[in-house]
Amino acid sequence: MTFAEKILSKYAGEKKVIPGQIVTIYPDHLLTHDNTAAIIQKVKNELEKYGVYSKSLSVIVIDHVVPAASEKTALNHKIIRDFVNKYKIENFFDVGIGICHQVVIEKGIALPGKLILGSDSHTCSYGAVGAFSSGIDRTEAASLLLTGETWLKVPNSIKITLNGKLSNGVFAKDLILHIIGDISASGANYCSVEYCGDVEQFSIDDRFTITNMGIEMGAKNSVFNVDGITRSFLNSMKISPSAYESIYPDEEALYINELYYNVSEIVPLISCPHTVDNVKTVGEIEGLDIQQCLIGTCTNGRLSDLKIAADILNGKKISPDIRLLVLPASKAIFESALKLGIIQTLVESGAIILPTGCGPCLGAHQGILAPGERCLSTANRNFKGRMGCKEAEIYLASPATVAASALNGKITDPRTEMKK
Amino acid sequence: MKVWKYGDNINTDMLFPGKYTYTCSTAEEIKPHLLEDLDSSFSKDVSEGDLIFAGINFGCGSSREQPVVGLKAVGIKAIVAKSFARIFYRAAINQGLVLIECESAVKSYSRNGDVKLDIENGKIEVNGKTFSFPKLPDEILAIRDAGGLLPYTRSKLKNKYNF
Ligand code: SF4
Repeated sequence: MTFAEKILSKYAGEKKVIPGQIVTIYPDHLLTHDNTAAIIQKVKNELEKYGVYSKSLSVIVIDHVVPAASEKTALNHKIIRDFVNKYKIENFFDVGIGICHQVVIEKGIALPGKLILGSDSHTCSYGAVGAFSSGIDRTEAASLLLTGETWLKVPNSIKITLNGKLSNGVFAKDLILHIIGDISASGANYCSVEYCGDVEQFSIDDRFTITNMGIEMGAKNSVFNVDGITRSFLNSMKISPSAYESIYPDEEALYINELYYNVSEIVPLISCPHTVDNVKTVGEIEGLDIQQCLIGTCTNGRLSDLKIAADILNGKKISPDIRLLVLPASKAIFESALKLGIIQTLVESGAIILPTGCGPCLGAHQGILAPGERCLSTANRNFKGRMGCKEAEIYLASPATVAASALNGKITDPRTEMKK
Repeated sequence: MKVWKYGDNINTDMLFPGKYTYTCSTAEEIKPHLLEDLDSSFSKDVSEGDLIFAGINFGCGSSREQPVVGLKAVGIKAIVAKSFARIFYRAAINQGLVLIECESAVKSYSRNGDVKLDIENGKIEVNGKTFSFPKLPDEILAIRDAGGLLPYTRSKLKNKYNF
């Protein structure tokens, strides 16, 4: 069996499952964020009557519109806090702790072999540490709050083997853009994606960037097998191996598709408007002028991302025509970046540091674009209107490409700035 | 009955812009913004019993369910597409909205063509040609037939707690 088949058979209490089979499962956790207010509203009466299924099931993070941008969003936050207090929800992270997916990994909630569902499409990120995780809608989250159970269809699996080493100036983000550009935005629809091959070069941060974007090719979940990198990451968080059970695919597992990539051939890439799979090399559109740059989000707002940007911006000033917004993905990351002088470097170069959270990623506040503007971002989505204005354009790239481009006010290959 | 025809990769931001996700959650709040950035005539002209035809990967992107809630509320009878994104697919089951994955039916459709839909028997007739689509598994059909997941869960809880 594949990773997905193995973990789903375990949670379904069956010896063997096959793709297409419907199984009933009880996930370890249910992630919800600012949308919790709308979710609990749906089942208000039932919650009064029956209470929550379990106070340890929910992980609630307020991160999408923080601090509140309006009376309405402030009220949503308040409704969530009242709910958390009333039902003694164990895992609650209020405004300012971090972006939900970062928090789930950083707090050790996602562990190898766990099954987590969340009312956010990028819930698929936790395969970075060997968990099975997938996005669901709000109504299903509401039902799970009450019953703790739902159904899943056992997915077909795709195996992606990565061979070779990434070149200088090329990062995990370029790799995942390369794969999505190759197999398209629907290339892994309904499938579980397993990464293998020369993966020891990828830190948990890198793996997170890759699994986070699984949904951008339609995947149900995507996963890196647990290895020394995973174990030492968990060790560093004082999580002992007895706290989790790693699940590995069988050698004779059957895949619907097997893909091979020579990663050493990949160059800096950029996803162009208005679909993530519209991928070009940075070289192809180098020189295109941009007005806003964004470094952050659950895809690329981690310490290593901020450090890459700071190394490029160190001692230099960004173009006066650019607004460079930086959002650390969590308070912990922000603190480390402060201690290491990374924030100082970024601010001195001209960056604006935004509060930890989703910021302008979903177009709700803080850095909305004007018609005709172009934004180069480290986020995961460039859909029309995503950043609040349908006449604006969003380009996606690695933190290095964004930082190098901020210096010039134009799309720039990071390798030219890294050489200087 | 009108057929609304769209292309490939119609994403959730086109169906319902992200900027409204934390300010609009009821059907009445959602309706005026449906397909706002894709087809501004949709929310004005859509009526009960209309169909949507689309290409591959319909509903890709965010997990927001407002597009499904809104499309159901304005009376869309079914969405026929070459393929759907998975969270959208689940959300549709959970709201009791009918989705039909049938590439050949979409390919046969031409503007103002004739469409007859028989959901019960899994048949769709497009410009005189009939195509069948598979039935959903029983476990899932039970959710859709209950009118969506919440009514389904409510009756399950009632049975469990006996009140
Ligand atoms: S940072 Fe963007 S993609 Fe990530 S959870 Fe927030 S809104 Fe979603």
